[in-house]
Amino acid sequence: MNDPENAPSELAIRALGVRKTFGSGDSAVPALKGVDLEARFGEMLMIVGPSGCGKTTLLSVICGTMRYDAGSVEVFGRDLHSMSEAKITAFRGQNVGFIFQQFNLIPQWNAVENASVPLLLQGRSRGVAEKEAQRLLTAVGLGDRIRSYPTQLSGGQQQRVAISRALVHEPRLIICDEPTASLDAATGLTVMKLLKEVACRPDRCVIVVTHDSRIFSFADRIAEMEDGLVKAVHRGGDFHMQYV
Amino acid sequence: MALCQRPRSLDRTHPLCLLPRPMLRLALKMLYGDRAKYGMLICGLAFCALLMTQQSSVFLGLLRWTTATIRNVNVPIWVADRKVEQANEIVPMRDIEVSRVRSVEGVEWAVPLFWSILQARLSDGSFQAVQLTGLDSASLVGRPARMTAGKIEDLRLPGAVVIDQVGVEKFRKKGIKIEIGSVFEINDQEARVVGLCETERSFLGQPYVFTTYERALEYAPPQRQQLSFVLVQPRPGVDPQTVVARIDALGNVRAHTDAEFRDRTFWWYFKNTGIPISFGTVVVLGIIVGIAIAGQTFYLFVHENIRFMAALKAMGARTGTLAGMVFLQAFAVGLAGYGLGLGLATLFGNAVLKGGEPPFFMPWEVPVFAGAVILLICCLSALIGLVKIIRAEPAVVFR
Repeated sequence: MNDPENAPSELAIRALGVRKTFGSGDSAVPALKGVDLEARFGEMLMIVGPSGCGKTTLLSVICGTMRYDAGSVEVFGRDLHSMSEAKITAFRGQNVGFIFQQFNLIPQWNAVENASVPLLLQGRSRGVAEKEAQRLLTAVGLGDRIRSYPTQLSGGQQQRVAISRALVHEPRLIICDEPTASLDAATGLTVMKLLKEVACRPDRCVIVVTHDSRIFSFADRIAEMEDGLVKAVHRGGDFHMQYV
Repeated sequence: MALCQRPRSLDRTHPLCLLPRPMLRLALKMLYGDRAKYGMLICGLAFCALLMTQQSSVFLGLLRWTTATIRNVNVPIWVADRKVEQANEIVPMRDIEVSRVRSVEGVEWAVPLFWSILQARLSDGSFQAVQLTGLDSASLVGRPARMTAGKIEDLRLPGAVVIDQVGVEKFRKKGIKIEIGSVFEINDQEARVVGLCETERSFLGQPYVFTTYERALEYAPPQRQQLSFVLVQPRPGVDPQTVVARIDALGNVRAHTDAEFRDRTFWWYFKNTGIPISFGTVVVLGIIVGIAIAGQTFYLFVHENIRFMAALKAMGARTGTLAGMVFLQAFAVGLAGYGLGLGLATLFGNAVLKGGEPPFFMPWEVPVFAGAVILLICCLSALIGLVKIIRAEPAVVFR
């Protein structure tokens, strides 16, 4: 289901009739029941809804970490379903940046090493990767903590490292899974401001899955999910006011 | 903002590298950073390597002791009675066998050797078993390689014997100091020490006492036949195996090259004693303990990092990259554990070799064997971990 009022930008992602069921037979649990959704370049799209409505499954399908059963998902015009596992992995490595709820920073690596990983996976030299990572860490306010290990950083600082890691390889799609869930209210808002500031730009699409109503105002559009379907797509400001 | 400009160094067309070197460095950092697990892994593998190398070396040292007489005498060809199966077994032959062997074509020289275990009576009245070795008095072939005091030629003096360091030590433990001029009795006949020598310690553990062949026969209880071995040197340019075959053709005796005789003795003890089973059990236990500790700890290490590995997978890490990281971690810890275990075994070996006991012999095959087993353990551990990583869906990072 798409919002016709907000369709000026180029389409980044198009999901049509996406279905995904976990398990089989009597124990089958349908997670997505024919989802239609579009995301455009230059926008921050939030996917919201109650627990178990299929938000994370939809996110996994969109970024190619999970195969779907039926329908189609086109990311930057490419049909993920038709791609081999190796090609999807390579596609993700070049086009997708991830920000996780639990940060998923490797504890034995310092901030700059964690942030440089996507570039290293692309085969870039350590020097080039760390230089880029350092530039981003400085941009998110961690210029003086680049050699700090995750355990030496606060939750907010760790999420900033994660943001740097998500952006370092210049992906066109940023996937954020509950980016503020592990943070207190103030830190969550700061992180979202930063994310909006550094991640959103005309050639990039940012998709955020969240429960956190305090950050709805950052969205350009909000897709409301319920029971495996996109119930409605709202403009961010409208939905925030409505919700408040 | 500056972030909105794409850096020039980034090039989307750059092919994804299968095993980026910086990722390998980070894989090692991941391993070394988890000190508790790293320490436990190293300890497990080091213990395994130590058990394997130390026990194998003691086992081989023990079996090497069984051939000490062959190395101490050090001649190319040994001739013994046909029924003799190994070097520490004596079936006396007639003295005429020496002459018969000398008559074989290709024999440069052949000399008699007496070898038997006799009781020496010490000055305090106590007894000590000795390996009495009677050398040909003219040539003194079979003489000890190193004299630490006195001259071997003095064996030709009346009642003269040369005793090795084991004898000096054993006598010292009984409160008797052995030096040149010391006297003890063998079979009620006086034996006067004219020299001290160093020999390879033997499996039987008794000291070597050298004297001349004729005097050895006087010390030994009389028997109809007393010749233990005939020692043979083939003529220059004649293949020892050819000489061996010709001597065998004599009928009553069997000849062996020194290498054959050593192998024959080694395998006789290997097959006819419980030594391999007892040491083999410990070596196998070492391997099992190594697999259990290292395998389990490495699995736990991978299990705890599965979320991070899945995150890397989601970020575009290929299976090959993750496999490279896991195998590198396994091999790094294996190398460290192996090195530590081998080092400890070597220290043990150096310490015991100075004391002479227990036996210790570490040929190159032992570290290679232990290294291969450690490598196998690492491969198994890495494979188990890798299967878990491959099975993990990248989507697990969202849960």
